[in-house]
Amino acid sequence: MRKVALDMVYELAKKDPRVLFIGSDLGAGTLAKFKSEMPERFFMEGVSEANMIGMAAGLALEGKIPYLNTIATFMTRRCFDQIAIDLCLHNVNVRLLSSGGGVVYAPLGPTHLAVEDIAILRALPNMTIVAPADADEMRRLMLETLDYRGPIYVRIAKGNDPIVTHPEPPFRIGKAYVMKEGTDALLVTTGITLKRAMDAAAELEKGGVSTGIVHVPTIKPLDVATLLEAMARPRAVVTIEEHTILGGLGSAVAEVIAEAGFSPSKKFRRIGIPDAFPDKYGSQDSLMERYSITSREVVSTVTRLLRG
Amino acid sequence: MEPSSAPSDPSSPAARALRTRLDARSKDLRRKILTMVEAGRRGHIPSALSPMEILRVLYDEVLRLDPRNPLWKDRDRCILSKGHGCLALYVLLAEKGFFPAEELLKYCKSDGILGGHPERGKVPGVEASTGSLGHGLSIGVGMAINARLEKADYRTFVILGDGEQNEGSVWEAAMVASKHRLNRLTVISDYNKRMTYDSTYVVQDLEPLAAKWSSFGFEVREVDGHDLEALRAAFRALPFHPEKPSQIICHTVKGKGIPVLEADPAWHHKPKISDADLLMLRDGLEAS
Repeated sequence: MRKVALDMVYELAKKDPRVLFIGSDLGAGTLAKFKSEMPERFFMEGVSEANMIGMAAGLALEGKIPYLNTIATFMTRRCFDQIAIDLCLHNVNVRLLSSGGGVVYAPLGPTHLAVEDIAILRALPNMTIVAPADADEMRRLMLETLDYRGPIYVRIAKGNDPIVTHPEPPFRIGKAYVMKEGTDALLVTTGITLKRAMDAAAELEKGGVSTGIVHVPTIKPLDVATLLEAMARPRAVVTIEEHTILGGLGSAVAEVIAEAGFSPSKKFRRIGIPDAFPDKYGSQDSLMERYSITSREVVSTVTRLLRG
Repeated sequence: MEPSSAPSDPSSPAARALRTRLDARSKDLRRKILTMVEAGRRGHIPSALSPMEILRVLYDEVLRLDPRNPLWKDRDRCILSKGHGCLALYVLLAEKGFFPAEELLKYCKSDGILGGHPERGKVPGVEASTGSLGHGLSIGVGMAINARLEKADYRTFVILGDGEQNEGSVWEAAMVASKHRLNRLTVISDYNKRMTYDSTYVVQDLEPLAAKWSSFGFEVREVDGHDLEALRAAFRALPFHPEKPSQIICHTVKGKGIPVLEADPAWHHKPKISDADLLMLRDGLEAS
């Protein structure tokens, strides 16, 4: 997924002279083709994220479209004030391509896990937050980033994730997608948890539970209309995210439900990382397993909610 | 540690800044600041008086600007990174015609555009929204890089406070400015040596400040930041080096021109300014 995102920066730069790339001490050879063909628009800066954000804001105020890439947690937590003031208050066209959103860097420990990135950025006016489910969706998203107004945070997953999205309907930033209709339960996902929801829905259908799925690649601005329509009928709604349950997709959907005036019998649960720093290493999958962000957990949660 | 140009040396820029007398225009600009303070009844007044002559020379004589077209692409970019010094900037922008002078009387009011920190988009002529310290230089670096990409000949000026230079992001930006050899970028330090709580020597010493900037790849000059001729000469000499960004360390006096502000650190930021306060400030300005 990261490769596709960076390849797309190259493609966009080839066709639009406003596009720049700024990395923060990335791996040797990153975007070598970009560097050799458009050296004046390729910047490999040091380990100074706060400056990278401010510098990008200065360039964007002059009409450029800088695409930045570094590790998600350093892109967000480390320079939150620069994102808030330099990017969001000025409302500039800077694209934050954040590697390792979620628990991708599980073996590297809590310093490298971005499990609250969506929550903290969601509080910022003018910020757009997108978490694609697979590399194909990333490609479609990147095409949309060129002429979109304001800062965009793109959460990049591990890579080699199974392709689960479709070219139709066309990808639009700000749109949620009904991946599957269902009348008993609704699963709401963002990023790579879509695949887990699809597996869970298949399992639930086998047991006679009609299960719908809404994929929400854009968490902000949230496609409230699509969510309200999809949530109207099912008795149970479950959100699944590779993120703390505080402030991310689950919270955003909970806010919609709370204000919608649905019947009190409608059940809702958030599946995600609990309010604690992950205390194990291992792999992305093993940490997801530890925190029950699995299709098995989705099935049992839905079953429990519908029974209760 | 004493500053490199210690006030104990009477010929140092720091010592001269204490003695430099203000001319009629500098006094008049300060009168206008007090008019704004009377309207808003608050403000970072001393922090606006230390860079007053720096901004005056920049806006009167140095910057290439068109007030009728504030975003003219060939304009020089000037960022007041120490945004709390904005009273001085507002007075000059109004004089130049970026917005009507009546706006000054709505300082910090709900129907005005001039807040306690300057905002781009709200205030014509303001290049960046500042107030959170340590942001302006990075933005200026981006603007200076853009000039190089566009082969444009505009220059970029960034005014930093001294307390602001406690922020690590300032030094991140300094390294990057020097790496990219941004010779059309000029950083101006408003070195008034007084922070909110106490002096820079007590709270967080910056010395040796000139050596710091020099070691970060800047070509450095030091001047008395209230001496108009010294400022003009420094600006005329830009760039100080053909392949380096420039740094003008301006030795200034916090509250310059109003004795009570020069003497009392409690005035750093004052809300609820009374009629009696205003009288004292005005009397002090006229008597000095």
